[in-house]
Amino acid sequence: MKLSRKISEALQEAVVRLPSDVLSCIRQGREEEAKNASDVAGKTSLAVFDAILENLKIADKNLLPMCQDTGMFVFFVDLGRSCPLVPSKIEKAINEGALDAVEKAYYRRSVVTDPVFTRKNTQNNLPPIIHWNLVDGEGLTIRVLLKGFGSENCSSVRMLNPTGGPKAVIDAVCDIVRLGGGKPCPPIFLGVGIGGTMERSAYLSKRALLRDARIAHADPSYAKLEEDILAAVQTLRIGGGGFGGRVTALHVAIEEEPTHIAGMPLSVSINCWADRKAEIVWEGEDA
Amino acid sequence: MRKIQLPIAESDLLSLRAFDQVLLSGTIYVGRDQVHSRLFDLLENNQKLPIVLQGQAIYYMGPSPAPEGFPLGACGPTTSARMDPFAPRLLDEGLRVMVGKGPRSEAVISSIIRNRALYLQAFGGCGALYASTVRKVETLAFPELGPEALLLLEVEDFPVVVAIDSNGTSVFSR
Repeated sequence: MKLSRKISEALQEAVVRLPSDVLSCIRQGREEEAKNASDVAGKTSLAVFDAILENLKIADKNLLPMCQDTGMFVFFVDLGRSCPLVPSKIEKAINEGALDAVEKAYYRRSVVTDPVFTRKNTQNNLPPIIHWNLVDGEGLTIRVLLKGFGSENCSSVRMLNPTGGPKAVIDAVCDIVRLGGGKPCPPIFLGVGIGGTMERSAYLSKRALLRDARIAHADPSYAKLEEDILAAVQTLRIGGGGFGGRVTALHVAIEEEPTHIAGMPLSVSINCWADRKAEIVWEGEDA
Repeated sequence: MRKIQLPIAESDLLSLRAFDQVLLSGTIYVGRDQVHSRLFDLLENNQKLPIVLQGQAIYYMGPSPAPEGFPLGACGPTTSARMDPFAPRLLDEGLRVMVGKGPRSEAVISSIIRNRALYLQAFGGCGALYASTVRKVETLAFPELGPEALLLLEVEDFPVVVAIDSNGTSVFSR
């Protein structure tokens, strides 16, 4: 199978069915909400979880996109420095695969050319965003998010004080989530990028959303910070659909990088419960 | 769960309370960002609207394309807050029910109280679920807007939660 076809098939699947890690987070969240659904806020939040699970069943059965906002493609290409496949071919395979999936899986055409003036629809949901990242070796791994914009509009960047420590991080994430409230289709997934520069932290926050939600951060300090952020966010009582339940977020993943002595850039990428993602590993096929 | 027929009867509208879960059946307009901007401009310029708003409901939504055998693709709600600058003007014109997701501005809440209107929240992201409730679709205006065109839907048992009732009581104010 050609690489472009592999990409297309992964994208056709991703728009209809959630990955198993995301699904298990939603099921766990539902159980958590059910335990405490004694008041009307909790009960309504629980109804949101049930609607989500019912929706996923119908999407699966009818091969319909689970959400009409089929998102903007955000690709992350981890390209081996010695990979024999040249970037121009990879780029072509991504564009061809994405275009094919848009047509075959009934993606909504949600991309416009000019952001300010004409806002003319490109009619094919392209161009995708492609982040290129060089890694060691000869391999090639392509990962992709279908990024919905109800949640993207609630994502944010904060330039924190360098001496703020974990408290400043937790407070900033909570503030961003609180401002989003019911808008990003909670329960939500949070990608947190810390360090680098302003734009680099934003990139890291997106990349963090790709991590398997069953796996905690490799560094125990950051793994604990992920847990602490999640616990703090749950106290906001936004809940499913913003109805005030106890389960606002389903998972927090952090990616961090070296930064400057004068700063601690922090970005939060908010994703709705429909945390659609896919991974395509190149196995020597043609582009 | 309580079933409500659209266009909504006055007695139904006034009796619904925040957090009530309801199934809607009947006809509802569909319009989001560009439709709101255009209807607002037409009203500001004293021009005729392509639809009658009095007594009607509008759903903030932009569907994905319909596969063969379906009247419409995935069709869950979009974020209502973006319609806030335009909503009070439409309510003043006689629109009675708005369906979307997420909180509304103070100005919208005041307008809901003033006009005895209703704001319902659909389940965010549940596009396939809502597709299964759509019986008929008609494009009424602005077809050039593609997924943002002004539609008329006929729905059956379309699930929503009352988010702001006609007294202005909101599920979001805590």
